[in-house]
Amino acid sequence: MDELLKLLLANACESRATIAQQLGIGVEEVERRIAEYEKRGVIRGYQAVLNEDQLDLDKVTAVIEVKVTPERGGGFNRIADRLSRFPEVRSAYLMSGTYDLLLFVEGHNLRDVASFVSAKLATIDGVLSTSTHFMLKTYKRLGVLMETNHEDERLTISP
Amino acid sequence: MKTSGSPSLRDRIAAPVRDIPRSGIRDFFDIVSTMQDVISLGIGEPDFDTPWHVRESTVFALERGTTHYTSNLGYLELRKALAGYVGKKYGVNYDAESEVLVTVGVSEALDLALRALINPGDEVLYHEPCYVSYRAVILFAHGVPLAIETRAADGFRLTRAMLEKKVTPRTKVLMLNFPNNPTGATMSRQDLEEIAAFARERDLLVITDEIYAELTYDGPHTSIVSLPGMRARTLFLHGFSKAWAMTGYRLGYACGPAEVIDAMMKIHQYTMLCASSFAQKAALEALARPDSDIETMVAEYRRRRNFLVSAFAGLGLECTRPAGAFYAFPNIGKFGLPAKEFALKLLEQERVAVVPGTAFGACGEGFVRCAYATRLEQIKEAMKRLGRFIGRLG
Ligand SMILES: Cc1ncc(COP(=O)(O)O)c(C=O)c1O
Repeated sequence: MDELLKLLLANACESRATIAQQLGIGVEEVERRIAEYEKRGVIRGYQAVLNEDQLDLDKVTAVIEVKVTPERGGGFNRIADRLSRFPEVRSAYLMSGTYDLLLFVEGHNLRDVASFVSAKLATIDGVLSTSTHFMLKTYKRLGVLMETNHEDERLTISP
Repeated sequence: MKTSGSPSLRDRIAAPVRDIPRSGIRDFFDIVSTMQDVISLGIGEPDFDTPWHVRESTVFALERGTTHYTSNLGYLELRKALAGYVGKKYGVNYDAESEVLVTVGVSEALDLALRALINPGDEVLYHEPCYVSYRAVILFAHGVPLAIETRAADGFRLTRAMLEKKVTPRTKVLMLNFPNNPTGATMSRQDLEEIAAFARERDLLVITDEIYAELTYDGPHTSIVSLPGMRARTLFLHGFSKAWAMTGYRLGYACGPAEVIDAMMKIHQYTMLCASSFAQKAALEALARPDSDIETMVAEYRRRRNFLVSAFAGLGLECTRPAGAFYAFPNIGKFGLPAKEFALKLLEQERVAVVPGTAFGACGEGFVRCAYATRLEQIKEAMKRLGRFIGRLG
């Protein structure tokens, strides 16, 4: 992967000047390449990685395994696209194995998610079955550990 | 305990030990450790944790009960893996049975090498600024240290002309360390060829400390041992501390002709017995997939190096572009302060710790060592503070 993308993945808020200094290129070059990635749709957005367990939000997340009937011509894409458009669905993946689609769904509470599943998801043509699991605690998200950073144990000066 | 009539205990300490000053690094550490909120660019070890699969395998080794002595040379399985790694990476093949010794860090390997090779009075050539222990281990082995000054003007590289000025008929060993601590200097194949030719002509033995070999940023590392005619006269030292971020495991190794490895093994056998068994198991795991672990760290060090070089340039500080290890060695001579005073003032006024160049030999005067084995945010803040500090010095 392009070094520039790696740096943005690690910290999208890093100043363009610091990125330029690390890559040994000019600031304009950094800006040009980022704009290019945005235009091509490689970069699709920038978000903070939160430890939501600290925020006391009225929110639950469920992971839902969905079995669907693939369609002639479109395969899974059309139905996956339809499901992805619900704002409740935060992430959606096509999977290998015993089910087809994996959805990460958010709601205010358990009932909220349950009604999304029974009233919306399950009623869609082509959805054969669903299996819902609620998330209890987050230990790591997007490569970031949720526990507070540990102290540097190194001696402050060493040879 | 001092009884009248007998000499003081201090006088009874063996002369080579008594006469060596404590490491300058140690003195500086004592000062820094009394202070709060210090950003330290003085740390000579990776800020990365040991790769998780290596740590996990250490735990597994302990669970399995790998807590016993190993053979003196180290597990044969590990020596085979080491021989394979060195062969593939540096192009020199060693016999795992007789030409590889696993040691307690490169530190022990250096000590063993000098004790195995030096008779009292034999001279050892080495280049300064250099790792703090070189002069001391030569003296502990009753050798005579001959320091060669490398200079910023030459990118801190060693040249044949410098060697010729110092060598005498009593010179037996040449010690090398590239990529270099503290300057970050590296030597190209061409640079090494003239050193190798000199060693062959003068029939010198070479001890090459290549602990930073994987950490190069502008091209791959060449080992002097891979040059024609060098394998038979060279001892190759390497370890897991730097490239694998395994300093606390204390694991290194020596590869060389069987006669020399056997001599080192004798000392090791009687004084150390063997290196830690579970650290050896961890090293095996580290060698199972070195490239992916090291690539990530090297990429990060390279970016920090680039940042630091650019930041120094912005501050008007001259600095030879370091191409290896994780140190930069900027010139602070123009401020007219001795390196130690510069470092102390910087520490007191701005809480940034750097190591005075003089800790690495007298010719380090006028320089400070800045390690970039520290997170970029810290380096950034340190450069801001350094900028304020030198702004006041004018
Ligand atoms: C050049 C050099 N050699 C040897 C060592 C010691 O390494 P080890 O941890 O393997 O004893 C260091 C550590 O800073 C070093 O910089």
